[in-house]
Amino acid sequence: MKELLSGNEAVARGVLEAGVKLAVGYPGTPSTEILETVVDRYPSVYAQWSPNEKVAFEVGIGASMGGARTLVTMKHVGLNVAADPFMTFAYTGVNGGFVFVSADDPEMHSSQNEQDNRFFAKFAQVPFVEPSDSQESKDMLLKAYEISEKFDTPVMLHMTTRISHSKGVVELGEPVTLEENKFKKEPTKYVMIPANARGRHKVLVARLEELKKFSEETELNVVEKNGSKTGIITGGVAYQYAKEAAPDFDYLKIGFGFPLPMKKIEEFIKNHETMLVVEELEPFYEDQIKAAGFKIEGKKYFGNLGELSPYRVALGMKEAGVIDRVDIPAYEPEQLFPRPPVLCPGCPHRGVFMALRKLRVAVTGDIGCYTLGVLPPLNALDSCICMGASIGSAIGMERVQGSDKGVVAVIGDSTFFHSGITGILDAVYNRSNVTAIVLDNRATAMTGGQEHPGTGHTLMGEEVPQVDIGKLVQSLGVKNVRHLDPYQYEKTLEVIKEEIEKPGPSVIITSRPCVLMPKRIMDEPYVIDLEACTGCSLCFRISCPAISASDEKNKRGNPKAVIDETQCTGCTLCAQICPEEAIVLKSQFVKA
Amino acid sequence: MEKSNFNILIVGVGGQGVLLASEIISTVAMNAGQDVKKSEVHGMSQRGGVVSTHIKIAPKVYSPTIYQGQVDVLLSFEQAEALRAVNWLKKDGVVITSTTTMVPSIVTSTKGMNYPENAVEVIKGKVERVIALNADKIAGELGNPRLVNTILLGVMSNYLPFEKEAWLETLKAKVKAKFVDINLKAFETGREIKLSTVDA
Repeated sequence: MKELLSGNEAVARGVLEAGVKLAVGYPGTPSTEILETVVDRYPSVYAQWSPNEKVAFEVGIGASMGGARTLVTMKHVGLNVAADPFMTFAYTGVNGGFVFVSADDPEMHSSQNEQDNRFFAKFAQVPFVEPSDSQESKDMLLKAYEISEKFDTPVMLHMTTRISHSKGVVELGEPVTLEENKFKKEPTKYVMIPANARGRHKVLVARLEELKKFSEETELNVVEKNGSKTGIITGGVAYQYAKEAAPDFDYLKIGFGFPLPMKKIEEFIKNHETMLVVEELEPFYEDQIKAAGFKIEGKKYFGNLGELSPYRVALGMKEAGVIDRVDIPAYEPEQLFPRPPVLCPGCPHRGVFMALRKLRVAVTGDIGCYTLGVLPPLNALDSCICMGASIGSAIGMERVQGSDKGVVAVIGDSTFFHSGITGILDAVYNRSNVTAIVLDNRATAMTGGQEHPGTGHTLMGEEVPQVDIGKLVQSLGVKNVRHLDPYQYEKTLEVIKEEIEKPGPSVIITSRPCVLMPKRIMDEPYVIDLEACTGCSLCFRISCPAISASDEKNKRGNPKAVIDETQCTGCTLCAQICPEEAIVLKSQFVKA
Repeated sequence: MEKSNFNILIVGVGGQGVLLASEIISTVAMNAGQDVKKSEVHGMSQRGGVVSTHIKIAPKVYSPTIYQGQVDVLLSFEQAEALRAVNWLKKDGVVITSTTTMVPSIVTSTKGMNYPENAVEVIKGKVERVIALNADKIAGELGNPRLVNTILLGVMSNYLPFEKEAWLETLKAKVKAKFVDINLKAFETGREIKLSTVDA
């Protein structure tokens, strides 16, 4: 049977077909839909969100030691968090097959960097497979479990945004039947005290030699002959771009990306006059092939910034002199206004950012929807580095600047559980005067509203106790804990101001849920009384998508405001800041 | 089928429902025995930013994204976004756009930044085949603002080589049971809108 599946959905299908018993991860674009699909369609598989990727990876290690085939999912930067268990699990190896997905985000569609995680596989000396479409995402996952069990190693499934989020036709298979496998005590394999780890490092080196042989033999690394003088070495989605730009060249398509099949590559190079490497982001293949002494080019023509495209690859091939002409687009791009993403109408983060802008304090930010507070006209955020960084960096800044300047960290609830708690611990321990605002909207909102320890539900829908952030930070030793309704603007301003001025660390927790999740909030909309509106533009500056310029102008020719009633959630913020009381509830508005 | 390769680009603003329209087109193509790939981006841009979906239909599709300048049909849910995406269009490509206007707050709050007053006219100045319709208004008349998707699909179906029945079958399968009738009606309404009817 055939189905139209995204790469992520295909991996989820692969989870079923491979007989995976436990799938675990932390949400992160572009990886999130893998576990969501597992839960939606294949409820026989146990799946869970963990608070962060490190814990997820460790849960996976335990499941593998316990004998189960295991999947761990994360976005590329998630592997930074999980790097600690990953680097040493490479030494111990597996019991049940262990595959983890690193979903990279070239072009940074929804990420803070575009690191190329293929290097992580090489760093840990762990093999990776690299699918180039949805079908291969499923097929290579199945293959990766065989490799993992045969060579006693974790395997990385390297995905990118265009693989994870592109749909293609997938031929479905049947689930395999696996022999029963249980935990066996093997301390020399799993207990990495120095004496044992030295032994396992040797095993790792020997394993790599075996994997090199495998890389030469596997059909994952395949030569496609068309009789051309030019040969292309490529893998992942870059293969598809190159095939589109030049379908008739010879290809060495790399599906098993580390260790590389150097003999196969040598043979391929010998049989061609010109040789190009087409790969996204860093010269991962190119550098290794050059280091082996071969004359090839790649990044010189294709660059290492952002994602590739068929057009970009064609332009690079032309520059390299292997194709004669490139179809140039008929129409020039238009110079138009930008349309950056914005906080939703009714978003509970808005009131906090309006207050922070007004207070003119330094605001260290974090990863989530609220990072959008940086954009004009809110302009209320000063940093965004990684999950949890808001609190640590606020502590450092406050220490060198002094507390009278006011330094505020803003962090979402899911991010707080992921990496924020240790930051608060540091603030207490080192007597910092920072103020941390936990923007608690009870959802992992940016990735689509996933469950976390504060939502009261697990990924599989089980009801569980909600972690109380206020009590948690109190138990860590925070004395100044405040709860705040971010829809009350004056109160928000007042509470933040008070907490900034207090000595010792403060934690402010906001109380409104995300307007989109778990259910969409739509209260009675507000409207603009155009006779009262003076066109002062104050409401434009709160950056609400429901408010825009009307056709009516004031005396100075500036537009008055209008509210899109289908978008307005009735959060009341704009009505609170309007100096003319021109923003009124729809039912109370009486036309003169 | 006289022509077997089709590249479709769907653009709009995050939250407009661009993803559902692309799902239906891709399914119709797959059921017709074609290879199909579609590519879209989730995450941050879905919060009111520009969203786009690439759909490629051919006997064998390689890249999930379209070669720039090779779009056969550009379908836009918002007129300025249609203008922004025109550089993806083929010389003889078709533009189908709703005249919906969504002015972002960055424009209303920034002096000197403007939303184009005549986006559709600018497109018509460049592109020969342009269908501009007020899909919001038509959806409102049909009784549900969420029908914009299906109306635009109806318009587009005239420019793709699939049987009308195939579209109707897929709509029935993808839409919740109680909304099937109204969606079929919206599709028919869209399908009546062609170059000839708009320019007449």
